Amino acid sequence: MSEVLLDPTGERSATTRARALRPASLKGLRVGLLDITKARGNVFLDRIETLLGDQGCTIERFSKPTFTKPAPIDLRHEIAAKCDVVIEALAD
Amino acid sequence: MTAADWQPRNESWLAKQADGLVAVVKADCPTCILIAPVLQELHAHGLATVVTQDDPAFPESSVDGFAVVLDSDLEISLELDIDTVPTLLKIEAGAIVDTTVGWSRDNWQRFTGAANLGVALPDFRPGCGSLTNDPAFVEQRAIAERIPLLRSRALAIGDEEDEMEALFDRGFTDGLPVVPPTPARVARMLGGTTRDPQEIVAIVPPDLVDCTVEKVAVNAVMAGCKPEYLPIVLAAVEAACTEDFNAHGLLCTTYFSGPLVIVNGPITRSIGMNSGVNALGQGNRANASIGRALQLVIRNVGGGRPGEIDRAALGNPGKYTFCFAEREHDSPWEPLHVSRAGMRANQNAVTLFAAAGVQPIVDQLSREPESLARSFAAGMRTVGHPKQVFAWDCALVITPEHARVFHDAGWSKQRLHDELMALLQIPGAELVRGANGMAEGLPESFATATLPKFRNGGLLIVHAGGEAGMFSALISGWASGAVGSEIVTQEVGT
Repeated sequence: MSEVLLDPTGERSATTRARALRPASLKGLRVGLLDITKARGNVFLDRIETLLGDQGCTIERFSKPTFTKPAPIDLRHEIAAKCDVVIEALAD
Repeated sequence: MTAADWQPRNESWLAKQADGLVAVVKADCPTCILIAPVLQELHAHGLATVVTQDDPAFPESSVDGFAVVLDSDLEISLELDIDTVPTLLKIEAGAIVDTTVGWSRDNWQRFTGAANLGVALPDFRPGCGSLTNDPAFVEQRAIAERIPLLRSRALAIGDEEDEMEALFDRGFTDGLPVVPPTPARVARMLGGTTRDPQEIVAIVPPDLVDCTVEKVAVNAVMAGCKPEYLPIVLAAVEAACTEDFNAHGLLCTTYFSGPLVIVNGPITRSIGMNSGVNALGQGNRANASIGRALQLVIRNVGGGRPGEIDRAALGNPGKYTFCFAEREHDSPWEPLHVSRAGMRANQNAVTLFAAAGVQPIVDQLSREPESLARSFAAGMRTVGHPKQVFAWDCALVITPEHARVFHDAGWSKQRLHDELMALLQIPGAELVRGANGMAEGLPESFATATLPKFRNGGLLIVHAGGEAGMFSALISGWASGAVGSEIVTQEVGT
């Protein structure tokens, strides 16, 4: 008889969700820029904001309270409500 | 009987018994041996059955005598609720209507209506404990009863598979072999807690999975824990998964840190934790397996695996396991859980610290507390980087020979803490970018400020280690407080 061991994992079954459609162009879209608050992430995002502004995007800036924790759910909802796409900046 | 052999018996033995007397005995009982001849006499007075717990040849049954039933799995004894042997029971209509235990001629004669029983015997002899009270049986029985309650998915290991290799292959280990979590081992582990196996202990990051007591037990088995360690592991999992401690960020960071579990209270002595020689090192099962169990829970339940969401640039060896007890019995100071959390010394607690690594502080010459505190401060300034302040926490582990210097001078733990914080007020000119030829540092705007190395609450002082050696250790932390990880002290339950 084969031995039985107990599964030590959370036994999760991953949920599969369809990705949002990739926009053909960013022109005229509301673009969220999320700064995770790592040092100099703002430098990167400032440059992105300039470049996207030149393409006719409307920019909304957001930042996480701390880079060490997931974005709070209210912030995620706010971004989803205000933006068509979001760019998250990591830096180190 | 082993736990794996045990099957619950659904039918009642008692219900099928004819009216009359039943005796329960065991061969390993001098009183039972003494009264064996009396059992023969009682056949004429309605003794129908003798239940023997351990030996089918005991008692010898004479011709036309009573039936001897071997109760090898003790199911009959359990149904009859036998505490002592011999026990004599009176059965009527499938129910027990009277019992007497041990040997007492008066009682047995009154009970059976027989006269002149056991005339050669002493008047009275106490009985012996029923085998159902044998601690090994009680444990096996408890394990057997818990196995059907387990809810974890069963993983069948093939006949040709090596179970140790199978656990590696399935990604369940930290790189070292683990103890295979059989149902019997997990059920035994659950005997270490009073909590319901299906109670949710914590939501474990990064996958945010509801983690039951049972899942902690499975991983505690794999880590090598004994059941009596389980309450500490449960408390450590709870503390690690708080918003304050932020196990999620601690796991994901590119920094070195992993969870350190410092244990306080009487439980550290009762389970044999090491707080003395080599307290931070290898060789003690409780220290080693408790810290490892926490990391296995985060890996297996939470889904936090190195190279995936664990992005440490280097990590540190303490991420296998890092757990020790405070040396309380001869500490000059109140224990950590008392000074940090206002708990009582006789309570048990874990304190979780996001530890990056151990750095020695050697000072074999200081005999004055002021001098030794300066040595400590000089070492502690290097945490993270000598020019970084207010960024990292620090746990200072002071050995007995160093602690004695402060004790002899009458310094309290709070005094030492405050002196260290004062010594670690650093002029901004030493910290700004470019100072001392190092680009790392603070913006120039801080040049005229004076800045503390550590935030308030970011410096722990713990007493541990062997008697000899004028060494202490600093354990550097991670991003401190609300930015990263808050130090969390949690009571250990049952």
